Amino acid sequence: MTQPMIQTRGLSRTFKSKAGPVEAVKDLTLDVAEGELVAFLGPNGAGKSTSLRMLTTLLSPTSGEATVVGHDIRRDPTGVRQRIGYVGQGNGGGHYHRVRDELINQGRAYGQDGTYAKQNADALLEVFELTEMANRNVMTLSGGQKRRMDVALGLMHQPPLLFLDEPSTGLDPQSRANLWDHILRLRRDTGMTIVLTTHYLEEADTMAERVMVVDHGRLIADGTSEGLKEQLAGDLITITTRSETEAGLAATAAQTIEGAHDVEVEGTRVRVRVNRGPAVLPEYLRALDAQGLPAQTAEVRRPTLDDVFLALTGRSLREGAPTAESGPTAAVEVEVA
Amino acid sequence: MASNAIRDTRVVLWRELLPVFHEPWGLFFSMIQPVIFLALFGPLLGGVPTVPGEDSVWQWFVPGILVMLILFATSMTGFGLLMEMQTGSHERLMVTPMSRSAMIVGRAAKEIVPLFAQAAIIVLVMIPFGFELHPLGALGGLAILCLLGVGLGALSYALALVVHGQDWIFWTVQQTLVFPLTVLSGVFLPLESGPGWIQRAADINPITHIVEAERLLFAGTYDDSTILMGFAAALGFAIVGLWVGTSVIRRASN
Repeated sequence: MTQPMIQTRGLSRTFKSKAGPVEAVKDLTLDVAEGELVAFLGPNGAGKSTSLRMLTTLLSPTSGEATVVGHDIRRDPTGVRQRIGYVGQGNGGGHYHRVRDELINQGRAYGQDGTYAKQNADALLEVFELTEMANRNVMTLSGGQKRRMDVALGLMHQPPLLFLDEPSTGLDPQSRANLWDHILRLRRDTGMTIVLTTHYLEEADTMAERVMVVDHGRLIADGTSEGLKEQLAGDLITITTRSETEAGLAATAAQTIEGAHDVEVEGTRVRVRVNRGPAVLPEYLRALDAQGLPAQTAEVRRPTLDDVFLALTGRSLREGAPTAESGPTAAVEVEVA
Repeated sequence: MASNAIRDTRVVLWRELLPVFHEPWGLFFSMIQPVIFLALFGPLLGGVPTVPGEDSVWQWFVPGILVMLILFATSMTGFGLLMEMQTGSHERLMVTPMSRSAMIVGRAAKEIVPLFAQAAIIVLVMIPFGFELHPLGALGGLAILCLLGVGLGALSYALALVVHGQDWIFWTVQQTLVFPLTVLSGVFLPLESGPGWIQRAADINPITHIVEAERLLFAGTYDDSTILMGFAAALGFAIVGLWVGTSVIRRASN
């Protein structure tokens, strides 16, 4: 295998705050290979954006090292900048600028000559269905259009690696799906490596091939979505019984299932996590019948990434779920998102 | 490296100018604004006994007004940045490989470029009223103003970064500093008749030396050490401004 696209060793970042130092990212060590599609998943304030800001040279690490597309983020930030695309949380286009102008400006910023930048801009406007908006001011675009423009800006210099910080936050479901269509198509066509952050579980689950779960500045799990679910969560079996007494007995029976864990009783309801839930459930029901504890209802639910997060941290990701984010740079010193 | 910085400066300047070109009305008003100011303020000066103007009060007044224009315009350089910091376009540009000093100079230059057009308009309008144009001196005067403008523009850029894009703090600081610098440079009225403390403050104010140099240059006087003083003051602004600006950009990622 060639050199990894991203390699970090012990990357850490501490912010000073009035309440004392805040460790936004602790000891991040990871490799991302060429062509991967990776999502950092975690609640707001977990350290996702801080990690991205370090990898894109916007923020210096407090300690540790990282190379991005073969260039050291400290020693050669310009080398890194030339080779990455970055779509931040805010909108990249200047409000008073025209859409096409900004794409051309972006190309020029990467050293492209005017003619080439124009061709490139027109091609991307086409791809992102923004041709009709080409001569409109950025501020007149809809949220979804602005976001597509942001991605187009990040692609003007055809980087081998693209960072997307919360790309779909604040978009309606339709615009979100549309944005993802574009991103996935681009990836198919170019084989580009993509690293994104998200706090949308479904997004990490369905889009990313590799999920890195972060919490309190630490990488706490790293794997495919399926692998993480199987390894860390397991299927959830829920049954109800006739009475609370029977629920207690059914729970005791559940403890004996091989690989069962997290048995919970709540009124007449019993929950248990198992591996291979669809196969285990009939066995469990037969065992209950044999003990004279007939189940009234039964269901198996396949785990979600939220279950993974719950298993890892004891908290649900949904609790701190999508809230309004602070501006991208206005709060640089305290932002630990 | 240096050629890259010049190229990047052009890219930034062009990006900044595009919205101006797209709004011709805004351009029109910014061009005639100084003329209106001159037309209203100039006649009042005729009655002030200490204004030196045997031939024409304009000869004394116009160069100072050019300094005022550059002070007001370039100290607003950070204003464009404030909004871009709030939206995310500043961040997007920071991830590009463009030279950081080019980002500063390019933005300052956007405020300087219109000054050339404004200066030309003012001079043309004032010639019928007795203003005498000395082209060489005028060019020298504009060169000094460019240095001052880059320095002030860089300081304004740094201010926008330091206040983290909070516009009200930016405005408060900018106004608080620019107003005294302008008044205490003798742009509007001669300070000789003022109290001693005003004169001492004016002597410390580097802008005063620049205003005096501009008046000499626009009058066609070239062999006066005051011009060197003015040039040195403007150069000092440029050097200090760029140093502060680039350090603040670097510090912003720490």
